[in-house]
Amino acid sequence: MSVYENPPADDGGPTGFSVRQVVGSLGESDWRRLGGCMFAALVFALMTGTSGNAQHLTAGVTGSLFKPRVVVFIVLGLALWALMTTWTRYRDDIRAGLEPFRKTKAEITGNQWVQLGVFAAVLLIAILVPPLLSVFWQQVLVSQIGIFVLLAIGLNVVVGFAGLLDLGYIAFYAIGAYTAAYWTGYPDSKPGHISPLPVHPPFHLNPFFVFPLAVVVCLIAGLLLGAPTLRLRGDYLAIVTLGFGEIVRIVINNSESVTNGPRGAFGIPHFSVNFGFLKYKWTLDLMPYWYLLLAMIVIVFILFRQLENSRVGRAWTAIREDEVAAAATGIPTLKYKLMAFAIGASTSGLAGVVFASQIGFVAPDNFVLINSLLVLVYVIFGGMGSLPGAVAGASFLIWLPNELRDYVAPQDRFIYFGALLVVMMIFRPQGVFPSRRRAREIGLAEAGAGGADAMGAPDGVMPR
Amino acid sequence: MTAPPVEQVDAVSGIEDPVVHVANLTLRFGGVTSLADVSLAVARGEILAVIGPNGAGKTSLFNCLTGVYVGEKGTISFLPRPGVSVPLAGRKPHRITQLGIARTFQNIRLFNALTAIENVKIGVESRQATGPIGAMLRLPRTRREERASDARAAELLEFVGLRAQANRLASALSYGEQRRLEIARALATQPALLLLDEPAAGTNPAEKVDLERLIRRINVEMGLSVLLIEHDMRLVMSVAARVAVLNFGRLIAAGAPAEVQRNPAVIEAYLGAADDEGGSGAAPG
Repeated sequence: MSVYENPPADDGGPTGFSVRQVVGSLGESDWRRLGGCMFAALVFALMTGTSGNAQHLTAGVTGSLFKPRVVVFIVLGLALWALMTTWTRYRDDIRAGLEPFRKTKAEITGNQWVQLGVFAAVLLIAILVPPLLSVFWQQVLVSQIGIFVLLAIGLNVVVGFAGLLDLGYIAFYAIGAYTAAYWTGYPDSKPGHISPLPVHPPFHLNPFFVFPLAVVVCLIAGLLLGAPTLRLRGDYLAIVTLGFGEIVRIVINNSESVTNGPRGAFGIPHFSVNFGFLKYKWTLDLMPYWYLLLAMIVIVFILFRQLENSRVGRAWTAIREDEVAAAATGIPTLKYKLMAFAIGASTSGLAGVVFASQIGFVAPDNFVLINSLLVLVYVIFGGMGSLPGAVAGASFLIWLPNELRDYVAPQDRFIYFGALLVVMMIFRPQGVFPSRRRAREIGLAEAGAGGADAMGAPDGVMPR
Repeated sequence: MTAPPVEQVDAVSGIEDPVVHVANLTLRFGGVTSLADVSLAVARGEILAVIGPNGAGKTSLFNCLTGVYVGEKGTISFLPRPGVSVPLAGRKPHRITQLGIARTFQNIRLFNALTAIENVKIGVESRQATGPIGAMLRLPRTRREERASDARAAELLEFVGLRAQANRLASALSYGEQRRLEIARALATQPALLLLDEPAAGTNPAEKVDLERLIRRINVEMGLSVLLIEHDMRLVMSVAARVAVLNFGRLIAAGAPAEVQRNPAVIEAYLGAADDEGGSGAAPG
């Protein structure tokens, strides 16, 4: 705000702009930044360049860096550097100039009606646009985006609201899917009665009626896993849940007589409703499934929104911030953590039922560890504790690799994914649409006041 | 690591209707004795101050009372109403809060990313019944409780003089305001006994005067018993009806403020005997 009172006139004026002057005014940090930008440019050139092979081991490097194409990347790097340097120099001026807009922005985004309007607009797009898309994108929308948005919203309760790191989240999804596979079977083996699993349920259920059952089963599974483990904190809990996720997958994989083992369960029927006056059967057609998923997402979204702004949501925030103070304020911390765990688990179960019924086939391969991690990444990328963030994070990060399909070799696709996450965590750790509370916590943690999660042990308390 | 040979006293005798009764409480961390055979009672409706040099065991006493630590020996009984005695040993902190003991912390522990009023609401809501289902569906009871919580929290902010700061972040308040907000949050849990851990630490003289008045009002207007840890002697002498003195985990004196001030054991504990280097062998406080 002070030294650079009138920079554009100084630099652009006829009197004093020269390369020598600019170079002379560069500080140490500017040079370091230049190095960083050049490095990033070369990495990016490598990423997008050719791959090596057995005959030409170094082709990946020479083909990427020792070709004229590298100049483009260096120029881009320089441009990025110039932009960053300008920004750090005039940051304060720009911020001061934008201050009135920033305030109005906060007012606008904080306005309830604006939020409602955005919600309605997004919903309208989600209703009207998908029928116009290609079958490929409809498939992505239903079997990936819809399902994973639901999973991300559920995990957001566990990780975002209650601050519990769960790396085995996909296990509940598996439990939901296999619950559907079991209950949609038939008690007998008459012709036309196909049971997806070798074991037969006492009676046959339409997949629709499996929903409440899957919710209950996952709730119980969540409580069973949570009760002994939620006394653990942070990293320990993460390891235990990771173990749980793997145990569930391996048990499913190995209990061949119950689950069909690695071959999986197949022939899970589609949803159908028959209330006399209202009859409808879901089929291989994708759009009805999309609308079913959309309805579920909207309902869960609204319910969790209410939850966030209630006694329960506040209690979770308190636990996340300071467990000792929360307990001293009369919050039963273990009970609330269990609650978050169970709610997250049952949401995951819902997603499992839809998945099983839509694809008609589930196998242990659908529930590998990377899927747990991906859901976690969606939540963090979107903004922990933020429901719009979970939706946006999952949608965008699933769209990206699918979009890249046309331009990038399959083995390279996740490099972009990884690079994006790295850049994101450095420059915007709070995520795309951070929740207000979470953003404040991260701000406070960076200023050295308290942790941003319930991961570390609270100070001043003896382990008991 | 030798405690000075002083006579152990108790702060129980003469208390007919205690709100909390600590009998022969001992707390050890490995070889360090934090509390040794402490017996103390807070009379219903009184303000009792616990003083002592750093590391004397004052905060350990609070942590035992609120269930954060479990004493090795001794009993703690809480009497929310005359004649009703509840043993506290082994109970979880949140249960003790729900029974009616609330506390503040020596190093302020607010929920910093929440606003002042949200901090207090969390305290109020510890007595409410809304569960996750009710919260998700916004059932009538949930809405009623939410309104009650808003109203009560606003009242308490008014009581501690923070009404104007209701929507500011807890972390954005001044030190003195944070102290008062912590008191409001503790009061919100509807305690019968309030434990204040050095409420005046780090506050300026004007804030100290306010605090003194606030503690009196909590005692008189709300009818709460108060157990106070404090280093500021002026504050202790002016608000406390009785003073108990801890040194090296032992209770070395108890009685009226003026009496305790003249007690030779207390003077020695504070000024130190010739060969004693202050609190060098002190147990964790």
